[in-house]
This record gives sequence, structure tokens and C-alpha cells, in this order.
Amino acid sequence: MEKKTAAVKMRNITKAFGPVLANDKVWLDIYRGEILALLGENGSGKTTLMNMLSGIYFPDEGEITIDGKEVVIRSPKDALNLGIGMIHQHFKLVDVLTATENIILGLEGKGRLDLKAASAKIREICDKYGFDVDPDMKIYEMSVSQKQTVEIVKVLYRGADILILDEPTAVLTPQETDKLFAVLRNMRDAGKAIVIITHKMHEVEELSDRVAVLRHGQFIGDMLTKDTNAQEMTNMMIGRPVELNIERPEPVDPKPRIEVKDLTVRSIDGVIKLDNVSFTANSGEILGIAGISGCGQKELLEAIAGLQPTESGSISYITDSGEREELLGKDPLAIADMGVTLSFVPEDRLGMGLVGNMDLSDNMMLRSFRRGRSLLTDRKGPRKLAQTVVDELDVSTPSISTPVRKLSGGNVQKVLVGREIASAPTVLLTAYAVRGLDINSSYTIYDLINRQKKSGVAVIYVGEDLDVLLELCDRILVLCGGKVSGIVPGRGAKKRDVGMMMTKLGGNKADE
Amino acid sequence: MFDIVSFFPRAVMQGIPLLFGSTGEIITEKSGNLNLGIPGVMYVGGICGVIGAFMYEQSVPSPADMNGFLAVAIPVLSCLLGSLIMGLIYCFLTVTLRANQNVTGLALTTFGIGIGNFFGGSLIKLTGSEVPSIALSATSGYFSKSLPFAKDLGWFGTMFLDYGFLAYAAIIIAFVSAYIIKKTRVGLNLRAVGESPTTADAAGINVNRYKYVATCVGSMIAGLGGLYYVMDYACGVWSNDAFGDRGWLAIALVIFTIWRPNVSVLASILFGGLYILYLFIPTGTHLYMKELYKMLPYVVTIIVLIVVSLKKSRSNEPPASLGLAYFREER
Amino acid sequence: MNNAKQGPLVHIVKRGALPRWKAWGIRLIAIVAALIVCAVVTMVVTGEDPIQVYATMIDGAFGTTRKAWNLAQSTAMLLGVSLAVTPAFRMRFWNIGGEGQVLAGCLAAAACMICLADKMSNGLLIAVTAAASIAAGAVWAGIPAFFKAKWNTNETLFTLMMNYVATQLVAFFVIVWEVPKGAGKIGIINQATQLGWLPPIGGNKYLLNVIVILVLTVGLYVYLNYSKHGYELSVVGESERTARYVGIKVDRVIIRTMLLSGAICGVVGFLLVSGTDHTVTTTIAGGRGFTAVMVSWLAKFNPIFMVLTSLLLAFLDKGAGAISTNFGLNHSFADILSGIILFFIIGCEFFISYKLSFRKSAKKEADTNV
Repeated sequence: MEKKTAAVKMRNITKAFGPVLANDKVWLDIYRGEILALLGENGSGKTTLMNMLSGIYFPDEGEITIDGKEVVIRSPKDALNLGIGMIHQHFKLVDVLTATENIILGLEGKGRLDLKAASAKIREICDKYGFDVDPDMKIYEMSVSQKQTVEIVKVLYRGADILILDEPTAVLTPQETDKLFAVLRNMRDAGKAIVIITHKMHEVEELSDRVAVLRHGQFIGDMLTKDTNAQEMTNMMIGRPVELNIERPEPVDPKPRIEVKDLTVRSIDGVIKLDNVSFTANSGEILGIAGISGCGQKELLEAIAGLQPTESGSISYITDSGEREELLGKDPLAIADMGVTLSFVPEDRLGMGLVGNMDLSDNMMLRSFRRGRSLLTDRKGPRKLAQTVVDELDVSTPSISTPVRKLSGGNVQKVLVGREIASAPTVLLTAYAVRGLDINSSYTIYDLINRQKKSGVAVIYVGEDLDVLLELCDRILVLCGGKVSGIVPGRGAKKRDVGMMMTKLGGNKADE
Repeated sequence: MFDIVSFFPRAVMQGIPLLFGSTGEIITEKSGNLNLGIPGVMYVGGICGVIGAFMYEQSVPSPADMNGFLAVAIPVLSCLLGSLIMGLIYCFLTVTLRANQNVTGLALTTFGIGIGNFFGGSLIKLTGSEVPSIALSATSGYFSKSLPFAKDLGWFGTMFLDYGFLAYAAIIIAFVSAYIIKKTRVGLNLRAVGESPTTADAAGINVNRYKYVATCVGSMIAGLGGLYYVMDYACGVWSNDAFGDRGWLAIALVIFTIWRPNVSVLASILFGGLYILYLFIPTGTHLYMKELYKMLPYVVTIIVLIVVSLKKSRSNEPPASLGLAYFREER
Repeated sequence: MNNAKQGPLVHIVKRGALPRWKAWGIRLIAIVAALIVCAVVTMVVTGEDPIQVYATMIDGAFGTTRKAWNLAQSTAMLLGVSLAVTPAFRMRFWNIGGEGQVLAGCLAAAACMICLADKMSNGLLIAVTAAASIAAGAVWAGIPAFFKAKWNTNETLFTLMMNYVATQLVAFFVIVWEVPKGAGKIGIINQATQLGWLPPIGGNKYLLNVIVILVLTVGLYVYLNYSKHGYELSVVGESERTARYVGIKVDRVIIRTMLLSGAICGVVGFLLVSGTDHTVTTTIAGGRGFTAVMVSWLAKFNPIFMVLTSLLLAFLDKGAGAISTNFGLNHSFADILSGIILFFIIGCEFFISYKLSFRKSAKKEADTNV
């Protein structure tokens, strides 16, 4: 492998966004017939670096050579002409168009569209590498994994032989991930150069041939995967040795807190999102919710929080003294008026939990602005709370009057979680609490959640990373297509079994 | 009692400027630009045609010396040029400088109506006429020339064949636009730009170029609506503010037709009919009732807006990025 | 020379927040540039020297006490409508129906003055007139708000169409109430008795209008920035989902805010009819509903800055009007000048949010490669 000449050489690449140096004189080589894992924490500049290769950004300084020739990549079109295709984390697909239309988008050719010929060529590519995609399906009808397939087919259709995938597994089930990896290996064996951006160590070990590490926008080093191990890579990423275990204290005196019975929810289009879901969440315990994305997790949390119209069933809140109160059919305000302090950290932080254009203290006010009889708002309280959150959770921000959209993902999440736990809740709902967060921030969040658990809060944790769910949660409820596939204890459950339950009701047991 | 044979042609003639306007705006909106400047653009299209025609009429000794081709080509070209400039102003501000589309559009409308009325007023002054309008009947004669045998074909001829060439041009342009948007590569790219410029950009489509071209072509088509109004409908008579609110109705038609120019052909005629219906409803001595009937096109538009919003469907949605500026390096 | 080696010649970069004085400096430069362009345009059209032209403008706007008061009245009325549309804009509700809402207020005021003049005392009549105008404006804005809140009906076109419905309604009543029959206009209402007329303060018929609008300005500033309602509507404007998440009733906020918008338009309508014009016509709102959108946006939806931006636009209108009369141009010239100035101000926002960076070595490379 050392003998090969690099397909892509990036030299001294520098890119700044305002005062932030996203890439600082980065070097990187990419070879054909090899899978390179580009490793780094969030904000380390991996995506920025690859965006410059694919023409989204233009570097401030530095050179790029492809097959020994110096090139300038001004636009994604230039990149494609050089055979570089990138599959972005947020899919670049037009929802109202079909797979075929998306795939041929922007290609040159005769004026009239020939969708039939294009579909035929797409089927050919699918057969070659083992993809499964319906060319005439509209994107908005597709699952996440189908959309990703369309993205990959799209760059192959354009003849790309240098493929970049930005955190491709973040949204996939273990089974889908296995399928993707098989396809990627096929492509590598066909002589394509593949880069995957990730921060998941086990994927690097399982898939890649070589690994390159970035930290704070700087290139730290690269090596063959077989010559290194998870701990060494993590240390390189973080810059110091890190403990990789999540704490899991035994629940103290768990008592039923939320009891959900036969809950059924339909979406506006009439599709069943939750089908007769029943379970109990206990105080002082973390109940994990696992499932393929979009199989009812969002609806479940929003139904409990009073944000989702429901069809039938009941959601009871059980007080310490054992009294039951019905939450179903009440809006967030009515639930709060009953004296139930229910906190909710939603998946969409800046679109739902916080207001991006408002500053920290105004965001703190979201929960408290109604207090008091005055027609005017109280600004002192929220300002104090903002300062407390900043100090206690170590939020890095220029000041509490900075709009939250200017903060990094981890800091945004700290602000949101900080506000939600400030009201001393008895129930804490979290959706994908660590999505997009780097390792340090993730551990801060796990720690905060554990602290809530220890103080007797019933925590419901919706997660996507099965490894984390298995390490953090006391019990795990697995959803499959809106139904409860099973509830397993967090201690001792096998990742593979949970993965099976996610794709099939009851998992393996159903076969027996 | 209702005289459909005389009503229908008038409805069509009222509808044609709306059809030009809505086709132009649909093409513009498909690229993600919401051009609220269309009413102004149509004024400019009209006045530029008038200026062109006026200069030509002045340059020949008598109307009998006019060359038919030039009499048509000069106003059409000046109209297209004027509307193109309006489209360029809008694009420069909203695409290159990423300004707020609503505000830019409204300013463009103020500006365009100002241009129309100012030059209209100046020309009127130049001609030294008694009435506050300017008549270009010779040029208009060429624009409203219909097929010679149309009149001989009875009601059929009157209803379908007795229009000036721009009316047929409007219908052809609408169908061609519908075909291009739906069936061609350019149309697919255009739709992608309006739905998701990031995606289009990543696919190698030059987003800004599409926005510019679509908006400018849209403006030019809309401008023809103004030209048709003066030269054919109004028989070559320009008077200030006569064009009225047709530009806004054209924008409303875009939603009414759910962004489909072919549907707009019928919808425009329907709206044209509503616009003049008050002339055909007998009111007896209660003349003031006519003022209430004049509300019809607006009330119907409102009802349509409500009905469209009631039935939500994925394919009835406006282009997803409509009204938003695009910046590739947005973080 | 190898072109492929070079990056793009001009590169656009988003900037961090500019200090406020710099941002206003850029806007000032834009206005100056716009005035220069306007001067050139005017010179080409009139052949007059630009200084003369601007002198005419200033004279036309501030020249005499009467002119200055006229300007104050125009500014106040424009500011009033701009204040009205601002809460809706903060909520991202594109209300371009200020025109219709003012007309509705005007019509209600005229109706009260015509129909109720001989039925009650003057004081009560004025109170009833005010209440009716405010209610009419609020209803006119409330209708599109209701449909927006319930079914997300497109508010831009809805409010726009409501303008024309209001215009036709006024046209209808103008004929119903015309004096004398066949005149096609209402004429001054209660000219002899002055019933329902707002009393002039210290002999000045515009002063009261100006005071009312200034009080509204301060009131709205406090409402938007310090009240719970103001906070709620900002949250709704930023993100409806966030608003629902914290238990804000979005539909209620939309309707409430638009009722406020309409009510302020109603006040303006009342001031126009009872305070100054004492009649109603289809053009009494004078396109302020549209100009207000620009006033409000230019001031970044801040009521205090709106005093300045409405003064600027009212000044342009009066000044350009003076140019038109003095140099024998028609009044539409004012619209052209306003348009040009607006384009500059709209365009200059780009230079506040972004900066252009030119390729560093572009010039050097070009030199060595020639």
C-alpha cells in the first residue's frame, strides 16, 4: 500500500470562518483501493476539510493535487469533473422529486429528459454493487437509509471514483450499517478511493484500512488501522488520555412515575405512528428507547409532553403519594398547571427547544416568562439563571447576550439541558441528547442525566447509538414500526439482539 | 339574457395580461424568487412599448408609411428590454446582494409604477393633448390585427379566432413553459433550484445563473402582459394608472394554479371574466351595486387561497426555498 | 498563464456582527450615493443643476411652517401605519394589507360621522367614531389572521386582496352617500356643524395627530420589547414549534397580534377622517400600507428608528413632489426617486452582513503573466 501514489494530496489547507480557524495547514493523502477513516471530534474540521475537496467551500490557502496534477476546485461541479463525490450528513436531495430525477439532477445532456434510460442505468449500478432502490419513488416517501442509498448511487452515476461519506452511519440501524459497509468494501475492491468521516471508534476498526486524525482544525497524524487501537486513536483525537466508560449507578427506590397504556397516535396523513404502546417509567431510573429513526420515538415523547394529538390510550402521572393524574389531552401549559414538572429536551434543539436568534437569557425565559402578574417580562431571573448555567455546565460563550445559534452544538445542548433541569423536574424526556456532540460534551450530558437519575427523576432517554444505550440505561424499550418490540434490562442485553428487535417485532424470538 | 358570445372574448382579453403576468411569475417563483415587483414590471413593459411605438410613429411622416414589421418589432423589443432591466435590478439586489425579497419586490413595484406614470405623463405632455392619455392607434392596429376570416365564422370566429397575435403568444408561451418546467432537463434543474438550492448547487447547477435567467425571462414575459394591455386591449391608449391592480391578480393566480402555467390559461380567462362581470350583471338604477360586483375577482381569490390552504398535499406546496436568499457558505 | 491555478477573483465571506456605528455608516453612505444617483437622474430629465434640485426638495419639505406641518402630518400618518404592521412583521406575518385596514378604519369613521351626527352629543360621537374605526381596522386584519392561524392560509396575498375589497367597499359607500347626488364623492362631512371633528390643539389641526402617533410609538416600543405579549410574538415569529413546545398558543398569538395591527391602522384611519380630511375617498390611505412595509423593514422593525425612516420617506415624497411642480414634471417622479433610494438602502445591507475579499495575489499574478 505504501507504494501507491496518492489519488488526492491536500497540502497546507487553511480555512477560517470569521475569527474561527476551522482548518489550519492540514495535510492529507487519499489512496485508491483503500478506505480512509477521517477521525476527529465535532468541530475538529473534518467536514470543512472534505467540503473543500468537494467544492462547497473554497480554501483560504493551500494546494490540492489530484493524480499528481494541481487543481482548483471552485464548485461541486469542478469536484465531480475530477471524480470527487461527497455524500453529506444532511442529504442533498430534493424531497418532491423522484430518485431518478435527483440522480440525474444537474447533468449535461439533451434538453428533453429521458427518465427511462436513466432508470435503466440506475438499476445497472444497483445490481453491480448490491443496492436496493426504487428509481420512481419520491424522496419524501423514503426511509433515511433509502435516501442515503440514493445519495451514493447519485455520485456513482456521475462516475465518481473518490467518494466521501460524512458520518454515514449516524442514522442507520446496525443491520443497515452492515449492509452499507459491505457495499463500501465492494467499491473499494473495485478500485475506488473512499473516505468516511466519523467519530465512532468501532466503525473505524471494522471498516477502514487507514485512519487520519484531526484535532482543533489541525492534522495530528495518520496510520494504518491494523497498527493502532481505539484507545490510541481516542487519545489522539482528544489530545489527552480519556476514560471511555459511562457510569451506571443502581437505581435507588424506583417507583412507577409515568404509566403509558395502549397509546395510539396517528400522523396528520392518517399513518399510524404509535400502535397500542404500553410501558411504565420509574423514578430514579433511566428508561432507554431504541428503534430505527422515525418509528415513533418522537411521537411518544411529544405525546407525553402534551405536544402530540393522540387517538386513544392513557398516560398517567403517578405522584410520590401514589395519586394518578391523566396527562393525555392536556397541553404543556395545562400539564404545568397541574403541578407536574416535566422537562423535555427535544431532538431539534434550535428549531424547537431554543430560539436560535435569541440570546442565552432570553432563551432561559422561554420556560419562565409567564411568571408573575405583571404585563411586562421579568428579565433579571433569566439572566441569573443563564449565568448559573454558563458557570456550572462550563458553557463556552462570549457572553450571556450572545445568540445561541452562534454557539457550537455541544454548548447549545448544554444550554438547553441546563434550562430544562433548572426547574427541578420529576420527569425528564430527552431525544438524541448527544447527537452531533463531541466526546467531551457527550460525557458531560451523560453525567448530567445520571445526576438527575440519582436525585429520583424518571428519565426517558431516546438514543440512536446502541452502545451508549446499553451502557447508560437501566431498561431499554425497543420500538419497531410504532409497536413495542420488547423491553430488555440494560445490564446484560446483547447489542445484536436489540438490533434484531429494532427491525423485527420481538427480534429472534419471533422466529422460534 | 347573458350574452356569452360577447362576454367570452372580453374575458379573454382581460385574462391575457394576467396570463402573461402569472406565467412570468411562475417561472420566477420556480427558481425560488418571490418577485412582488411584477406589477411594476408590467407597468414598465407597457410604457416601454408605448415609448418605442411613439418614437417610431413620430419618425415616420404619416401612419400610412409605417412598416408593419417594425411597428410590431420596435414596441415588443423595447418592452422586453425595459422588463429585462427590471428583472436585472431585482436579481442584482436579491440574488447577488441577497436582499429581502418582499421588500425589494415592493420597492420595485413603486419604482415601476412611478416609471410608467412618469414617462406616460411626460409623453402626454409632449403630445399636448387635451385628455390625460396618449393614443397610438396606428401601432395598435398592427397589434390587434386578427385573422381576416375570423369575423366570417360566426360565434366560433368571434370567440376563438378574433384576437391579436400577442394573445395567442401568451397561450403558447404558457404551454411551452409548462412543458419546459415539467419535461426537460432545464426545467428539472430549475425546480431543484427553487426547492433546495443547496442540493442543486451540490449537483453542479449554477444556482445564481438559474435564478437570474428565470427571473429575467419571467420579467420579460410579464412585461409583455403590460404591452398587450396597452396595444391590444386598450387600443393603443395609455393613460396613467389604467393598468391598475392586474399585476397583483397575476401573482394571486400563481397560487390559484398551483405553479402550473398550463392551468393558468384557463384560470386567467376565468379571472378576466370575473374582472368584467360587473358590466354584464344588470343593476337597473342601483349603479352603486357595480362597485360591489367589482370586488368579485378579489373575493374569489381570497376564497381560492382558503380552499388551497384547506387541502394540504405535498404536490400543492410552493417551491420550498421560495423567498429565501442562497449563500453557499452559510453555516 | 494557467487560469485553472487561480481561485475565484472575488470571494464573498460572511462577517461577524459589525459595530453599530459602522453599520449605520454604511447605510448613510448608501443614502448619500442614492442621492447622487437621484441628482444625476433628475439632471438628465430636467437639465437643472443638482444643488438647485436638492434645494428645491428641502424647500418643498421644510420651506414654510405650513409645509413643515404638512411634512409632520405625512410622517405621522406613515409612521402610524408602519407601527401597525410592525408587530405582525416581528411575528413573520407578512401583512401588506395596511392599506385596506386603514381604509376600513376611515370608512367606519365616516359612517359614524354621517349616520350618528344628529343622534348624540359631540363628545360621545367622537368616542364612538374612534371605537368604530379601531374595531373596523381590527376586524379587517383579523379575518386573514384567523385563516392563517387555523389553516396557514397565505397571508401576503390574503391581506393584499383585502385591500381591494376595502377599496371597492369604500367606492360603494361613496356613491351611496355622495353629496350632491351624481357628484361621485362625499365631500366634507358635517362641514357646517363640524360634528365628529377632532378639535385642533392651539389652532393647529395636525398637532393632535402627531402627538397620538408619538405616544403610540413609545407604547409599541415598550409592548414589543418588554411585555410578555411582545416576547410571545417574537418567539412565534422565530419558530412556531418552539412556541408550541413552551406552551404558547400560536393561533391565539397570531390573531391577537393582527388585531393589534389592525387596531392601530384603525386609529390612523380615524385620525385621517375625523382629524384632518373630514371625508373619505378610495385613495385616502395613499399607498401608505405599502410604503409602511419598507419603513418598518428599513428600521429593522424598531419603532424608535421608524420615526427616522418614515421621516426620510415622507421627506422624499414631499421633496420630489416639489421638484415635480417646480420643474413641470408629474408627481410620479417622486416614486422613481423613492425607488432608487430604496434600492440603495436595500442593497447596502449586503455590505453589512458580508464582506468581499479579493484574491490576494490576483493583481500580482496578472502583472507577471501579461
